Order: sequence, then C-alpha cells, then structure tokens
Amino acid sequence: MTAAATEAVADLLRGICGPDAVRPAGHGDAVGGRRPTWVTAPADAAELAALVRACAEQDLAIVARGEGSKIDWGNPPRRVDVLVDMGRLAGVYRHDADDLVATVGAGTPLRAVQAALAKRNQRLAIDPASTDATIGGLLAVGEAGPLRLGYGTPRDQLIGVEFVRADGVIGHSGGRVVKNVAGYDLGKLLAGSYGTLALVTSATFRVHPKPMASAYVSRPVTSPMEAHDLVIALLGSGLAPAAIELDLPIINPGALPPMVSRPTPGRRAMPGGSLAERPRPATGSAAPAAGSGATSPETSDASAASPDVPRLPDAARSSRTERPGRPTTTGTVAVLLEGTTAGIKARASDASKLMRGATVSERPPDWWGRYPFHADDVALKIATPTADLYAALYALRDAAGFPVSVRGSVGVGVCYASLPGRPAASSTIEAPRGDPMPRHARQIADVISALRTTLIARGGSCVVMNAPPAIRDAVDMWPDVNGLELMRAVKRQFDPGDRLSPGRFVGGI
Amino acid sequence: MTTALDKLATQLRGELGSAAVITDPALLRTYECDGLTAYRAVPGVVLLPTDAYEVQACVRACRDAGVPFVARGSGTGLSGGALPVATGALIVTAKLNRILDIDPESQRAIVEPGVFNAAISQAVAGHRLYYAPDPSSQQICSIGGNVAENSGGAHCLKYGFTVHHVTGIEICTPDGELVTIGAGKAAEAPGYDLMGVFIGSEGTLGIATKVYVRLLRQPDAVVTMLAAYDDMESAGASVAAIIAAGLTPAAAEIMDALAISAAEKAVDCRYPAGAGAVLVVEVDGPAAEVAAEHAAIDAICRANNAFEVRTAVDATERAALWRGRKSAFAAVGRISPDYVVQDGVVPRTALATVLTQIEALAAQHGVRVANVFHAGDGNLHPLVLYDAAVDGALAAAEEVSGAILNLCIDHGGSITGEHGVGVEKASFMANMFTADDLDSMQLVRCAFDPDSRANPGKVFPTPRLCGEPRGGRAAEAALASAIAAAKAAGATVDDEPVVW
Repeated sequence: MTAAATEAVADLLRGICGPDAVRPAGHGDAVGGRRPTWVTAPADAAELAALVRACAEQDLAIVARGEGSKIDWGNPPRRVDVLVDMGRLAGVYRHDADDLVATVGAGTPLRAVQAALAKRNQRLAIDPASTDATIGGLLAVGEAGPLRLGYGTPRDQLIGVEFVRADGVIGHSGGRVVKNVAGYDLGKLLAGSYGTLALVTSATFRVHPKPMASAYVSRPVTSPMEAHDLVIALLGSGLAPAAIELDLPIINPGALPPMVSRPTPGRRAMPGGSLAERPRPATGSAAPAAGSGATSPETSDASAASPDVPRLPDAARSSRTERPGRPTTTGTVAVLLEGTTAGIKARASDASKLMRGATVSERPPDWWGRYPFHADDVALKIATPTADLYAALYALRDAAGFPVSVRGSVGVGVCYASLPGRPAASSTIEAPRGDPMPRHARQIADVISALRTTLIARGGSCVVMNAPPAIRDAVDMWPDVNGLELMRAVKRQFDPGDRLSPGRFVGGI
Repeated sequence: MTTALDKLATQLRGELGSAAVITDPALLRTYECDGLTAYRAVPGVVLLPTDAYEVQACVRACRDAGVPFVARGSGTGLSGGALPVATGALIVTAKLNRILDIDPESQRAIVEPGVFNAAISQAVAGHRLYYAPDPSSQQICSIGGNVAENSGGAHCLKYGFTVHHVTGIEICTPDGELVTIGAGKAAEAPGYDLMGVFIGSEGTLGIATKVYVRLLRQPDAVVTMLAAYDDMESAGASVAAIIAAGLTPAAAEIMDALAISAAEKAVDCRYPAGAGAVLVVEVDGPAAEVAAEHAAIDAICRANNAFEVRTAVDATERAALWRGRKSAFAAVGRISPDYVVQDGVVPRTALATVLTQIEALAAQHGVRVANVFHAGDGNLHPLVLYDAAVDGALAAAEEVSGAILNLCIDHGGSITGEHGVGVEKASFMANMFTADDLDSMQLVRCAFDPDSRANPGKVFPTPRLCGEPRGGRAAEAALASAIAAAKAAGATVDDEPVVW
C-alpha cells in the first residue's frame, strides 16, 4: 500500500470509529509475526459492521483481537491490514440468573464475566488456561480447560450468537433459551473457527450454579499407562467427576542431559515412600481391594496436597525423583468432584479408595488448568479417543530426543504437550558447528510427524498451537483434516474475498 | 420429471436390487407423511439402501437425474421434516441398522443411522453405559433422525441434546461424497465444526450414514419424585425454587389437569386425585448426591404447597410415576378426536405468564389446550384439541397453535425446542429471525448443497440463491406447490395420527 493509500484507509476508519479509535499498528500488534497497518477499536456491533463493510469495499484483510493471549496461534495470516481491537464490545449485557442464561460482549474478559455471574452465585463452566482470555478469543479457538469433562467446550454452552459477516452484515443464530432447534446453529460453526468466517460480537451462554462443594483428589503416577488405567477406572466408576487431569512434567526422563541433576525437594511430597513401589490402580470398573482406603491419607490441609511452590518455568527444570540407575518420572492424576456438601464428602472418600493412595484437598494442584508450555515453547494439542491417549504419549516419548512435558484433560482424551522451542545448551556439544536451530527444527518436525502417524491409526489429531518462527517454517501447524473440501466451501460462502484472518486455519483457510 | 425418475429407478434396481426400489403407487402411499400427518405428499420413488455405499449410489443417482431427495429414518418426526417430494426420491435409512462398534473404555459406539435410539442403550447396558438423549419415541425413532432433528428428551435439562452426545458423523453429501465430519471417537478435531451445524439441519445438508455416539456411565442412583399440587402456579414455583437452590435435576416435567385426565383415561396412571398439576422430578448420579438432592427437592415441593409427594426408588416404581407423563401425547387422543402437538420454548421465568396467556387464547377461540412441558428448560408442548369433523375446528386449532408460537417469540423464546422446523414452522422462521439471519444460515446450505437437492423446502421460508442455480429453484417451486396441495388436502385426512 502506498503512503497515500494508507492514509486514505486511516481516514476511512476514523470516519467510522472516530479519530481516537484508530492508530498505526506497532510491533506489539503483530499477528503471528505479520504486522497490520492500522489498529482500530469499534464501539459497538454497528460500528464494527460499518468497518467490515468498508474493508470489504477496499479489499482489506481483518484480524480481530481480544486480549491477544492467543493471537499467534495457528498459521500467520497471509495478510492483515486492519487489526480490530474488540475491547470496547465488552460487558455483561444481560444476566437472566433465574433462567441460567447470560449474554456478553465478545471483548469481555472471561474473568469479568465470572465476577458478574458470581454475584448470583453462578458461573460460566469454562476454565481455559489463558486466564486473561476474552469471550471472543476463547470462542475463536474453542479453548476449554479441565471442566470440559463435565460441561463440554465453549460450543456446548453457547446458545446464541451475534456476528458480523465478511460483507458487513450483522447476523444471529440461536437465541436466549437453552433448548432451541430453530434454524442452523451457526454458533457451533463459529466456535473454533479462528476468526476465519465472521466476527462474533456477542454471545449468549447457558450458565450454571456454582457447586455447593468441591474436592480435588490427586494421586502420583509414573507413566502414561498408569494414568490410563486410572482414567479408565474413574470413568467406569459412578463417581461422575467434573474433571480428570494429568500432569507429567517429564514424559521421557532419558532425554534429560545426563550431567544435569535437578531434583526439586519438597515439590511433591508423596505419602508412602518410593514411587516405583506404588501399587498399580485397579483397572476396569472392578472395586479396589477392601481396606485399601487405609493407605489413603485424607487431609484437610490443602498445602500438603498442593505445596505452595513457584510455578515451574519449563519442562527441563521440572521436578523429578531420581533413583540410582534409572530415572523415574513423577506425575499426577487429579480428579475434580463437584456437588453437595454431603455428597462430596462421600465421593471424595470413594475416589481416594478407588485411586489408592490419593490425597484429598479443597484446592487444586498448582499445575491445574495451566498449559505445560510457555511463550517460546512448541505447544501441541493432542486429541484421541480416551482409551488411546497413552499410545500417543508413548509415541511422543519414543520419538523425542529432548524433554517433553504433558498435561491436560485425560478424562476426554485431550492433552497438551510442551516441546523445547530451541535446542538445549548441551546439544551444541553433539552438533559440532554452525547454528543448531535448523537441526532442532527438523527434529521437532520429525517428532510431530511420527506422532501424527500414530494418531492417524488411533483416530486422533495433533495441532501445533504455537511455535517459534523457525519451527513454524519446518512443520505444518495443522494436520490433514477430514472434510476439508466442505470446510473450504463454507469459507467461500462466508468470506469469498478471503479477508478474515486469511490462512490462519486448517488447510490454509 | 417422470422420465428422470423412471430412469433413476431402473438404474438403482440394477445397482441395489429390485427390492430396494419402490415405485408401486400403493406402497408409495405408505410413505406419504411422517409423524406430522397433516402434511402429505406421495414420493416419486422410495429407495431402501442397506449400507453407506448404497446411500451414496442413491444420492448420486438423484444428482445425475437432477431430482431432489428426502431422507427418512423411522418417520416419527413431528414437524414434517421427512415429508416427501412428489417429484423426487425418498431415501429410507431404516435398513442401515447395525451397531458397528462398541468401545466401552473410550465410551463410544459407532452405529448406522437406522439403529433405534433405545437400541444403543440396550446394546451397551452390559458395560453399565447408556446413550443419554431420550426422546419420547426412543423405542422406535432412529439415531439418524435424532441427528437430523438434534433430538432432546425429558433428560435434556442435565444432559443436553443429540449435539452434545454425538462426536462424529459419516455423511453422504448432496453431491454424493462420503465424508466423515467431527472428531470420530475423539473429543475434538481441528477444523470447522461441520458436525455441530449438520446436527439439527433437518436433512438439508446431506444424509448421515454412520454416527459416533458418546456413551455415559449409568448413574449409580436414580430417584424419581412426583409432586401433586392444587394449581399450576405452585408446580411452577417449585421448579423455580429447585433451580434457585442450585440443583440440576435430570428431568423436571409438568402436566396440567387436562393432560392428567387424559393420561388417567389412557393408561390409568393413578396420579393423586384432584391434582391441578403434577410435577415429575428425577435426580440421578452418585448415591450420596442423589440422597442429598432428593431431600432438598422433597422439602422444596412441600414448601411450595405440594399436597402429596411420591418417591420411586426402583425401576418399577419409577416406570409407574413416568407412565402418565410418557403417554401424555397419545393419551390426549382419549379426550379429543384430533389435536395439534405444539413445541415452543420460553425462558423458564416466563412460563407462568405464557401459560396464562395460552389459557386466554384458548378461551378466546373456544379451543381446549392440554399442557405438558419440560419445565426445567421452558420447553412447552401444548396439545391443541379439535374435532376435524366440525367445520372450522382445525382452523381455530391452527390459529391458536400459531399464536402460541408467536407468544414464545415475544417472550424471547423459540418456535421449536426439539421437534424441528420442518415444513410446519418454516413460515414462522421469519418471525424469529431477521432476513439477514436466515440468509447467513443459508450460506451453509449453499456450501453443502448449492442445488437445493437435499430436503428442499424445509426449515427456511425462502431458499437462498447460491451463485448459479442449476435446477434447484425449479425443485423448490415444485415442492412448494406440492406442499400447498398436501396442506389443502390435510384438512380432510382423518387417519389415526402417529404421535409421540
């Protein structure tokens, strides 16, 4: 764009959103490394519609941004001219507490929604790891946390949606009642579409009463198979957990550089001594041996089960318990139970018996509901049928020559994994000379390719959610998907000019 | 058109065998309507494929012949979603009735679309699992139909609808491609949630040929309560108080006095004598939770003037409490020769107001309305009674029925909670949605079915032009005239309605 053309666009945007709501984009406004030209913040859906219509006339590409917590996820957009800051489309527009329904602006931080609902002792049962997320952002990527086992993902709780189409037309689907099958449910289509079909302006959700009581029941595990057995036993039980989460800080201890010893004393105080000697959990739905509850110390002291230690910055510095000769991983399976006060007491006791040697706490473990990765890591999301997740984790372990940390909602077969975004310092010893990064990127690509091969056989998928630029160039962020031609057809209908987050999604959509 | 259908029939007889292709006019007539019997159209040809590839062959033959098709499962739908097109094919999925896979560890089953809803729960009961959505017709309605309609049931309040319990679908697109959408047996897959929009699309985006369903662990405990009240207000107040207390029952159903009297006549359910309304509440889950919730709900019902509360703790007692409710639709046949089953939704807090307004409407038109509803989620099923033998009675019933839908819209609700739009309510869509909303929805239709071959004329009052029309508009017009003719004929049709 020429300077004059750029200014003309700015004038156009100012004409719609007002002079104070348009500014040139800076470095911090980049979307997956692509810097937009202008940032603008429309005040409401009507302004946004006018803005999108004007962009359509000028053939300008648009990316919407909420808090920006996931703005780099997915492929970098092929082009982005205007970054739309959704921050002013915010607020809890209505909360019909007696109907358990709330309508909120897309730019509203989830935290603010929860605070508003809490006044009536209610909540949105969505608990994504990006705690700064806005409603629009979490909808765009379909982000869900531990509660997805009990309540599903955002699409399951979304009952109505207002959006601006690529041609600037405002549309709606669904409504304000939970039960409603009138017309196509476009909310489902928009949830998880990465902003490539339309811009959501407000969303109506089914909300839930806050549980009267809850308990977290946690038990150490040392391998994906042990976690698997525990998960199958829990799902086969009548405990009706709201969440089942796994944390395996290092899935492949053999990949740790041999000279490095980083025990973290006291991080996970385990009752009963050596982990390697812990009994395996009961499999299937068989009841645990009578009296096993005696080895399950229940505690009301939350700090015992959830030691108050600093968050671990990355996998390589995570805790591990070392035994002479053979390193052992230390992980945790934790279960959330929600219900009535009397019910929770009994269920927590039953759960700790089933899990043999579990501890009960009112507070979550420190890793609960957090991603295992940080900004510079390679972030993976793996989804498989619940009973096949362990196979994916072993495939990942076997393929990776570097430390891998996994965490996630094992109760639904979804796990996040963190791979190092750059080569470990020690590996430069093995690589004689030159920049180790290209080799590392190739390694990562090989690992992901091996994992995806396993996943095809298991009916699963692996998405690279985020990665440093050098690694993005070496891997496909999105795997092959079924129905891609239909998806392309949907995109052509909604956005024939390919101007909404072009290229960020599967298959280059 | 006849020539095209003849050619199609001949071709498919060769591919599928002659038993799979019906052209005998007498036999075709048995398929002229679904559960909404007021709308009838004899299909041009009926096709009975036995697997996904035969469905594909049927759809491709329709594509090549340039004729529309309508999919039909068990034909229990209540909105005319499976109303045939006289100039097209009716593709019946009833013979795709195999359960292909049961994976108890991942809690999934893969079934063909003709499998009955209840058959899934029966097949997996040995693993202590079940399939949660339970429409009243579950003994004979097919899972393919459930997918088309996004069917619910009495237990939606806690467990949600079909869309929450299906994780993948193999579909035959209107263009004749077999494509798997959704995540299969996994919880999620990258890409657009095509499955989420396909479920509830009423057969307008293609035909489901394989369905991946989520199975739930059977609850350890189930308690069903029946509370009897002098009046509807107290029953409604009980439900409001239960929800306000932070409890989520599995089901909360209300019947009014007229519906109760019908049920008594039909199935002798022996609900408490003199009740102006009964509330059936079910709680399920871990035993300790159920005990606590049962005690709380019992106290709430009594505090809201229930004059009797019965509790069922085993399957036999539970069946007795449910018998009146589950038979209610059919039972109304005992107190009226004909009736319209309506399906509308209002916010739960508007229930009392809307019921009063329905009563006023009924009185104004001299029509009786029996009310049965899913009180927990505001889903009303008013049964508008009439006698087709009386001149003008149907018209009055239809007027009241339509006015009820507009009441629902006025209160911020929906024109259908679980029966679908079909042909019956297509004209009400414009009252609930703007032209832009409907246009946006039809973008999806254009992506899947630009020629409007799949179930044309359903759901949307006016079709959208998808780029280049290639016969689609003509098909729509043909259907519209067929519907008009069927509707005109509907008033004189007096067959026993199949109603669930």
